Amino acid sequence: MKKELKLMKGNEAIGEAAIRAGADAYFGYPITPQSEILEYLMAEKPHERTGMVVLQAESEVAAINMVYGGAACGRKIITSSSSPGISLKQEGLSYIAGSELPCLVVNVVRGGPGLGTIQPSQSDYFQACKGGGHGDYRLIVLAPSSVQEMYDFVKLGFDLAFKYRNPAMILTDGALGQMMEKVWLEEQQPRMNEFPEWATTGKKPGKERTVVTSLDLDSAMQEKFNQKLQEKYRELEAKEVRYEAIDCDDAEYLLVAYGTSSRICQKSVQLAREKGIKLGLLRPITLYPFPKKEIGEMCGRLKGILSVEMSAGQMVEDVRLSVDGKVKVDHFGRMGGIIPSAEEIVNALEQKIIGG
Amino acid sequence: MSQQTENNDIVKEENLVFKKTNVLLDKVMHYCPGCGHGTAHRLIAEVIEEMDIQSECIGITPVGCSVLMYNYLDIDMQEAAHGRAPALATAIKRLQPEKFVFTYQGDGDLAAIGTAETIHAANRGENFTIFFINNGIYGMTGGQMAPTTLPNMKSSTSPYGRDVKMMGNPLKMTELVAQLPGSYYVTRQAVHTPAAVRKAKKAIRKAIENQKLEKGLSLVEIVSNCNSGWKMTPLQSNKWMEENMFPFYELGDLKVDGGMAK
Repeated sequence: MKKELKLMKGNEAIGEAAIRAGADAYFGYPITPQSEILEYLMAEKPHERTGMVVLQAESEVAAINMVYGGAACGRKIITSSSSPGISLKQEGLSYIAGSELPCLVVNVVRGGPGLGTIQPSQSDYFQACKGGGHGDYRLIVLAPSSVQEMYDFVKLGFDLAFKYRNPAMILTDGALGQMMEKVWLEEQQPRMNEFPEWATTGKKPGKERTVVTSLDLDSAMQEKFNQKLQEKYRELEAKEVRYEAIDCDDAEYLLVAYGTSSRICQKSVQLAREKGIKLGLLRPITLYPFPKKEIGEMCGRLKGILSVEMSAGQMVEDVRLSVDGKVKVDHFGRMGGIIPSAEEIVNALEQKIIGG
Repeated sequence: MSQQTENNDIVKEENLVFKKTNVLLDKVMHYCPGCGHGTAHRLIAEVIEEMDIQSECIGITPVGCSVLMYNYLDIDMQEAAHGRAPALATAIKRLQPEKFVFTYQGDGDLAAIGTAETIHAANRGENFTIFFINNGIYGMTGGQMAPTTLPNMKSSTSPYGRDVKMMGNPLKMTELVAQLPGSYYVTRQAVHTPAAVRKAKKAIRKAIENQKLEKGLSLVEIVSNCNSGWKMTPLQSNKWMEENMFPFYELGDLKVDGGMAK
């Protein structure tokens, strides 16, 4: 396939990827550090390139409900925001999951809680992976660690969202959103011209009407629907786990980290090995479904695991559940928008895991 | 019993002067007897049939008494989160501009929690239709004070009457929408008498037909009763509505073909 190489910001890569993946619409609201996505899309005039709709909404609440309306029409819809804005989108996401609709949401995470900081953080893991809004539902969560993956995961996110009729999220952070790297761009994919049977495109004569709703006042029916959702999540957990294992074959110790943290951890692995510590890195690419089985299988030959996150320790809970007490697990992280150094991580490994 | 037999005898094809529209499904509505929602639903359904646009319509239901409207109309429908119907409609109409898109919202949905979505959709000049049922109360949740509850009017959360000093003033959203450059047709109607029904139906048809012009938002407010919430008989509630609601929410056109009516 013909490809094109460009130097881009992570946020710009998301915008370009949305156009090239054949997205039908983007609805968003400005917030640092992801406003370049909306700016890039407006400057690119996708309505001329592909007919894609781009609209600046009056709020994140309106934006996610525009996503809901568009998704129910069977279209490929994307929105993006950063932590405080993603909090506002949670109600809409619950409705979208409860109506079994596909869509793609990008969270370029900044430090919290509250207005927090505009610097990068990974403190929205719980919100992204454990539900976020009300009710028993899950998002498919992808964690890129390069600008190339920011680009690639837009198409992957749409594909998974449509395959499972479930909202997908790219969980990234301000560092990846703002950094520039080279990106290989795919050829333009055409927008869909046929729509799924569940889409509201107008009642076809002689056919049943289409109703999109998440309401069922009959508890027995509502429970049945919830069971169906849970079956879908079990299928996701069985089939869609993605991760990268770096220097894990002979590893005695393991770092688990995603996104920006995983990039720093690659350097930490190198530094530790120079010191004679057999260290590996497991980078979850899907945070939900989490590579639980893979970490569980690996832990038998490990002496300890350090989960590294730019948070107070959120993913570490999933790491602990994966090893089920078989090996020592601890957390190291920085908060408030601070990115840890490779040396800090090795020191933490030595103190908390090796020496601890 | 003999009366019924006689009635059945006269229901012959040549004697029929009225037939229920096919766009309304044969389902028992959950609305309280005497409520205006059923009439408003029927008028919208009749207009859809008369315009022959059943296959081109997408309706959006609110959260409130009319949340289950999708059970009654035989068209494609989506159910929105509370107050967000205009955001859904914005996306649906922009993605399928050839379709007829409408929202159907109550006063709590449109004029309280959905104020921002309503005002901004109108101000952007979104080319869909809003049907706004204003009965001055939250009916579904058991008769609480709404943004449109009249001064001194009793509700379960203003049990001694709405004290405007403490609880604020009723909001005239229709007047607000009419002021915005993006609205094209704004009118206030009722459905409590045959004459009002005929006028309301004309307004509903105009508000849907306007979408072909691509000139902006059309909004039809229907001032209606909530006999259960108001704790009155249907007849009493209609009389109370005429005497109290209509002087505050004056019936008639506010904006026609993009120009202020008065």
